[in-house]
Amino acid sequence: MTREDIRAAIVNIITDIAPDEDLSTLKGDVRLRDQIDLDSMDFLDIVMELRKRYNVEVPEADYMNLATLDSSVDYLEPMLKSR
Amino acid sequence: MGDVLAGVCDFNELKYQKKKELRRGTRAGSIAIYCANEALVDSGINFAARDKSRVGVYLGVTEHGNVETENEIANIKQYDYDVKFWSHHHNPRTVANNPAGEVTLNLGITGPHYTLGAACAAGNIGFIHGLQMLRLGEVDLAFAGGVSESIHTFGIFASFKSQGALATHAEPTKASRPFDRDRNGIVVSEGGCVYTLERLEDAQARGARIYGEIVGYAINSDASDFVLPNAERQGQCMMAALKKAGITPADIQIINTHATGTKLGDIQECQAIRNVFGDHANVNINNTKSFIGHAMGAAGALELTGNLPAFDDGIVHPTINVENLDPDCAVRGLVLNEPKAIERVNYILNNSSGMLGINSVVIVKRFASDAL
Repeated sequence: MTREDIRAAIVNIITDIAPDEDLSTLKGDVRLRDQIDLDSMDFLDIVMELRKRYNVEVPEADYMNLATLDSSVDYLEPMLKSR
Repeated sequence: MGDVLAGVCDFNELKYQKKKELRRGTRAGSIAIYCANEALVDSGINFAARDKSRVGVYLGVTEHGNVETENEIANIKQYDYDVKFWSHHHNPRTVANNPAGEVTLNLGITGPHYTLGAACAAGNIGFIHGLQMLRLGEVDLAFAGGVSESIHTFGIFASFKSQGALATHAEPTKASRPFDRDRNGIVVSEGGCVYTLERLEDAQARGARIYGEIVGYAINSDASDFVLPNAERQGQCMMAALKKAGITPADIQIINTHATGTKLGDIQECQAIRNVFGDHANVNINNTKSFIGHAMGAAGALELTGNLPAFDDGIVHPTINVENLDPDCAVRGLVLNEPKAIERVNYILNNSSGMLGINSVVIVKRFASDAL
């Protein structure tokens, strides 16, 4: 998966988790929680969807890497490059 | 299971909930939220001005959690039952207070909330408990009633079927046929019914439209069988409710029966009614389940609601689908198949019973303002 694919995959997941939000103007370098209404259960949903869709495990210690879209892509790129 | 008959709710879940709330919550929560909001609008209460800490939510349920647990097991089955795929949402979805809790989240209620687990007697018991809390001064406004999401759990259908208690009929609308000779079980329905319940003086002070006044109630237990009803105890429950209301059997115009369409249950209730009301010619007996199926935790509440309009129009709705009355269910006063107009309905007695031998009765009186 390219970086663009990974970004699109994450936005796709967030679309399911936050179906009332407009995600078209999401900024990559701003915390997701500061742009849309996401709580800790929603972040667990993101982790679960990564597990279900891509067989990727994000340990609890690494959760802060999912704070922004850019940091998420950076974090997931090595895991998803070969998918 | 194959195809089963069920009563299905058709409503706009997004009328009072956002998509995210719908995704996170349960069907029972969704039904409860819809009904509570509709009740609030209908009541004309200025909710914004209310002290939310003095509002309670008391909802009867037969069970809660089955739907979500079955969903999760079906979900992880896809992953070879690896529990790391089990949803973190499962616990807040399955705690027994969930349907009531979702109402508090949706309406910003900070008073007490919980569900009352009382099998198919739960809807009546939601009313009774709300009434008790109001009388105790615990709250000033109660959202009271019952909800059912039961059609979304295959386990409930499967268990009723194993018991031989699930109705079948070529025509779905004829399958729920209490008292009919050929009845063969229940039609499970989802549903919800929530009232705004207040102390009379508070309702009058704000000029509320009063649908009825709860004047008597009783709850008792059979202490005899896990599933089979007990006519003697049902009779005692009705007597206790009449006593609490300070009235006699002769004062009741409508008995709304619990009867679910099972072979034995219908017979037991008819016997109980004969014992208590047999000498009184003016009582009219009907059954709302013949129209809507068995709405489980919402049943008692919905069935009472089906009869309240009789206070205004004097028309007793029938028990339908009785093509051949079972002789064992022949009790004087049964209103069969066609509605019956009577002069005036003053008192409605609403029966509901459930498994483990729980019986509940609510007596509602027509409310006439002093001006009449």
